[in-house]
Amino acid sequence: MRVANAALALLGVSLIFYFSFQHLAYHLRWSAIYPYRQIFIEGWFTTIGLSAAALVCSTLAGLCSALAQGSRFLPLRYLGKIYVELVRGTPLLVQILILFYVVADAFGVKNRYLVGVLTLSFFSGAYISEIIRAGIESIGRSQWDSAKAIGLTRAQTYRYVIFPQALRQTLPPLAGQFVSLVKDSSLLSIIGIQEFTLSAQMTNARTYSTLECYLPLALGYLILTLPISLWTRTLEKRHKFET
Amino acid sequence: MNLRLRQIVKRFDGHLVLDHVSLSLDGVRSLVLVGPSGGGKSTLLRILGGLEHPDSGEVELNGQRLAFTEESLQQHRRSVGTVFQAFNLFPHLTALQNITLPLEKVHGRAPAQAEETARQLLARFQLESHAHKRPAELSGGQRQRIAIARAVSSKPKLLLLDEPTSALDPEMTAEVLDAILELRQEGLDFVLVTHEMGFARRVADQAAFLADGRIVEAGPAAQLFGAPATPQTRAFLDKVLKY
Repeated sequence: MRVANAALALLGVSLIFYFSFQHLAYHLRWSAIYPYRQIFIEGWFTTIGLSAAALVCSTLAGLCSALAQGSRFLPLRYLGKIYVELVRGTPLLVQILILFYVVADAFGVKNRYLVGVLTLSFFSGAYISEIIRAGIESIGRSQWDSAKAIGLTRAQTYRYVIFPQALRQTLPPLAGQFVSLVKDSSLLSIIGIQEFTLSAQMTNARTYSTLECYLPLALGYLILTLPISLWTRTLEKRHKFET
Repeated sequence: MNLRLRQIVKRFDGHLVLDHVSLSLDGVRSLVLVGPSGGGKSTLLRILGGLEHPDSGEVELNGQRLAFTEESLQQHRRSVGTVFQAFNLFPHLTALQNITLPLEKVHGRAPAQAEETARQLLARFQLESHAHKRPAELSGGQRQRIAIARAVSSKPKLLLLDEPTSALDPEMTAEVLDAILELRQEGLDFVLVTHEMGFARRVADQAAFLADGRIVEAGPAAQLFGAPATPQTRAFLDKVLKY
């Protein structure tokens, strides 16, 4: 029954696209971009590499920022808040340009891939920070009290009581953020990182076959983002418990 | 236990919750605190449990004065057991894990040894068949008995119970009161905040009646419940025992 319903929904979506493309009356010329396949493949793997590295770094950044915001040391708390507001309030495009041409330059970092990963982590980390903070704050006062009463330290309380419970709350928005991160990595093309999107843009510039370049692009990103969603869904099931 | 409270004052947001509370008891096995809601019973219990520190005043337990620094309060919390009204247990852990967590992480027992202790306690409270259930799969009475088992698992010098049955129906209340009675017969010292007057009278050596942040009357339980000396205590008991 589930399969039938999913198939029905998929059919509906397909029909809309089929109609739209029919209407376009354009013949896709796959042969035009076929010689450039290697560029696509390399770009795709670069995107995987960038995203995977940024995924790990942004989770760490988000965790640090969320903990800083819960800290009893006020300067640290405000630093966390400033970071989140500054990053969330400005476009990623501007952040990439400033961090690459100004900050990285000042610190003598020349590797654009490194700067790319750090910028993406810096950006995504602010959103992850808010997701983790919301997860931590969703755990009731009584859990802190119980943990305190049995003699756990603050660090132990986070480790054994708060994080395991907060994880369940944070998984769905976290999956959404990871998916965004993969797609946001496309903006790194502006500092000359040849990832997946730049590969498509370059091929398009040479062949003038826009759809033939961008349709594989969409598919390539889907191949990366769908497993993230599926993976978090299984994790969610595993961490399921009633409160 | 020997307990001395000297001039304890506690305010929450400018509201006076404990107003110069003093009490001196020697060689008492069980103390029960009764009185109207908001009278300061729970706050006093939380101070005894090291979960709250008074604005001023002194607490001396068995000849040792409590130092209200985080470090020594933590030591103190590890040496007493505390059971709250509800939500004592960690919902992501099984009954068994709820008991072994503090034994392993706070009291440094080996996992096998902690599990052995936990299983013995569960068996004692007729809960062995529920060892691998999470709190959501257990009744309120079972949850409270597990909370009590956890609180006594590290052999505390004192057990503090804050209205442990007020969230339970009468049948479950009886289960929990049986467990407390059994612990008393084994010689465990405890301080109990309760609205179960019949039970309070039966288990307590000493009783104190708190209202408006003060100890209105304190003395042997039989005397306080049988022949209260102050009109305020008498009025309260008449009211709660009316139906």
